[in-house]
Amino acid sequence: MDGGREPAQVYGSMQIELAWTIIPTLIVVVLFLATARVIHAIQDAPEPAGALDVIAIGHQYWWEFRYPKLGIVTANELHIPVSVSGHPTPTFLQLLSVDTDHSFWVPQLAGKTDLIPNHPNRMWMDPQRTGVFLGQCAQYCGTQHAKMLLRVSVDGPEDFASWVHVQQKLAVEDAGAIAGRRVFERNACMNCHAVGGTPANGRFGPDLTHLMSRATIAAGAAENNHDNLRLWIQKPSAIKPGSLMPAMKLSDADLNAVVSYMETLR
Amino acid sequence: MSSNVITVPVGQTDARPWVDELHQWLTTVDHKRLGILYILSSLLFLAVGGVEALIIRIQLMHSHNNFVSPEVFNRMFTMHGTTMIFFVAMPVLFGFANYLVPLMIGARDMAFPRLNAFSFWLSFLGGLLLYFSFLGGSGLYGAGSAPDVGWWSYAPLGARAFSPGHSSDYWTLALLVSGFGSIGTAINIIATILCLRCPGMKISRMPLLVWMNLVMAGMVLLAITPLSAAQIMLLIDRYLGGHFFDTQAGGSAVLWMHFFWIFGHPEVYVLIIPCFAFMSEIIPVFSRKPIFGYPVMVAATVCIAFVSMSVWAHHMFTIGMNSYANSFFTLTTMAVGVPTGIKIFNWIGTMWGGRIQFKIPMLFSIGFLFQFLIAGLTGIMMACSPFDWQLSLSYFVVAHFHYVIVGGILFALFAAFYYWYPKMTGRMLSERLGKWHFWLFLIGFHLTFDVMHIPGILGMPRRIYTYEPGRGWDTLNLIITIGAFIQAIAILVFVANLIVSYFKGVRAGSDPWDAWTLEWSTSSPPPAYNFATVPTVASRRPLWDEKHLEDPDSQYE
Repeated sequence: MDGGREPAQVYGSMQIELAWTIIPTLIVVVLFLATARVIHAIQDAPEPAGALDVIAIGHQYWWEFRYPKLGIVTANELHIPVSVSGHPTPTFLQLLSVDTDHSFWVPQLAGKTDLIPNHPNRMWMDPQRTGVFLGQCAQYCGTQHAKMLLRVSVDGPEDFASWVHVQQKLAVEDAGAIAGRRVFERNACMNCHAVGGTPANGRFGPDLTHLMSRATIAAGAAENNHDNLRLWIQKPSAIKPGSLMPAMKLSDADLNAVVSYMETLR
Repeated sequence: MSSNVITVPVGQTDARPWVDELHQWLTTVDHKRLGILYILSSLLFLAVGGVEALIIRIQLMHSHNNFVSPEVFNRMFTMHGTTMIFFVAMPVLFGFANYLVPLMIGARDMAFPRLNAFSFWLSFLGGLLLYFSFLGGSGLYGAGSAPDVGWWSYAPLGARAFSPGHSSDYWTLALLVSGFGSIGTAINIIATILCLRCPGMKISRMPLLVWMNLVMAGMVLLAITPLSAAQIMLLIDRYLGGHFFDTQAGGSAVLWMHFFWIFGHPEVYVLIIPCFAFMSEIIPVFSRKPIFGYPVMVAATVCIAFVSMSVWAHHMFTIGMNSYANSFFTLTTMAVGVPTGIKIFNWIGTMWGGRIQFKIPMLFSIGFLFQFLIAGLTGIMMACSPFDWQLSLSYFVVAHFHYVIVGGILFALFAAFYYWYPKMTGRMLSERLGKWHFWLFLIGFHLTFDVMHIPGILGMPRRIYTYEPGRGWDTLNLIITIGAFIQAIAILVFVANLIVSYFKGVRAGSDPWDAWTLEWSTSSPPPAYNFATVPTVASRRPLWDEKHLEDPDSQYE
């Protein structure tokens, strides 16, 4: 015990305590006021007349996008117009889910908002430049949460108009692909997938009317090309294990036919 | 304080057969043995949870890795989180509270020794129940499977439609069972502190560790009860046709979130407040000064406890609450920063002008201060809900709360291990191994969790078993994984130190650190009855008074 060498025993100081209580409190007040202003500006922003409405619906493990005013249904790749100065065209999303919780997150366009069953949400984006922006589901939603990817294509006004024009059409009738269409409609495919203008009107999986206008399949898990389409139909678990798309176990001939049919859906 | 307090009992007992010894440990109601059992069980689960973390890190080492399947990965992060919170962090802190609180207040045991044993076994068996899911998850036919719904099991993913089989039932039951154990321990700690203090130990003279454990126990009662209620509601949903959280029948997913986080956020403080308690005992002793601003420290602790009950929905900024709710929870969350800041200032005030001894407990304490400060600052960032809309559910959040739990809680725990191990075993932990442990762990920790903030900012969500190449996340994830392995090596050094020092460590004597609280007045390890004579105290630092008769603390209180 070296009592002589112990430093001065200081028990505290009320002035100092007050100082380091009051100053941080003031900082918190200022920070809070600044934050509350931003919260209000983002959440309570009114929807301008030129805004585009989109309904985003979360499914295990893909995104359904509906444009109610334009009559378009698509999946996984959202197209929205760029906002030009003086003529803002923000996109207002209504967020729904048919199964578990998901979260819509494209970091470069906006913060994330969850898609919760029985609990409709709303968010908006106002992109200022064109391009493709990547995002993905941010709320754990099940086995393939990781491959519930999301692409948003921000188009210039003309590009967006022509995309809308294509998407509003019914599926292209291609006589050369009639065999594949029969395979599609005789098998379980049409129970889950819709192709506009045909009897296929399933809603459980993505709408395939304009499948070939999309750059990817399986919610962004694979590039949309002949080989991947074939693999996806024959053995989805090779691309996305745990996906709810069943392996169709088609014969080679049927498989080739149905892939050719898919390739006509532009 | 009278000098007859420090009666060192004569060393005891011949060797007993190990079966007797084991029987003694299994049937013990001694608070010190139960404390050690809590600590040992949490070390066991720490090893398991650590291996799960390493599996997660190997899988994420580079994009499109196939080390484990998505199903296994999802089980790993679910089990890692559940294990670390419920079967490592809480038990180890309860273990220290069990061991130290009666000793520090001059009591012979906890208020309810049998309840104490019951609580421990509930908590431990709850952990075993959770791990039994690996065998019995699918009901014993076919392969078992651990729960894979995430440690917060958001509705409706935990409903039967999306989580068939029994794996998530094991999660529910394990939390329910261990939750009852936690409630029992909390009641016990409160009763002990309120009723069993030795003569002279006024409530305003209790060591801060005791004060903070009192607050922690109160919070456990408030936080664990809604979690237990939610688990029972979930069981009703799953087996009795209830619809609390069943969205397909009109139930509310958001209701589950509220129940979970009104538990989940106070839980963070249930874990960190005992760590504040360690800091408030260790920093003064190694600075050779009393704690700066004792009454303010107590007030700040109580204040944190109150405010932390009103911040839970900051875990839910992305669920679409309206702007008023988001503003309210932004304010309350930021407000927690004030009392927490006061604590950090007071610890620095304690060190200021002190004669700091850089022993291993102090090294870990300084690490704690630095890292906890950064964790607090990223916490304030995410309290701003517009920031949180970007960072929530991303790796930034994962980095943030690991900064709290590893950089804060685990560092404080290591400090506590090095500080009180001599009391528990009678031997010092090796300083040399301790330095290796500290520096390796510090480097590993910062490699992992400093870097982990960046992929979060770049848009990498948590809980993904793999990611696409070309997003700029690969190199960062590789560095994170390397850091995780360095931490694992450090933990091995620590465990080696625990084992080697138990047999070969330097004898500690009753008071190796020249400390001031009552546990150092009895032998190391203390006898079953703790004190030969119940001590009487006259100040907050009874042993200081005794060592400095010319200048006792009691004259300043």
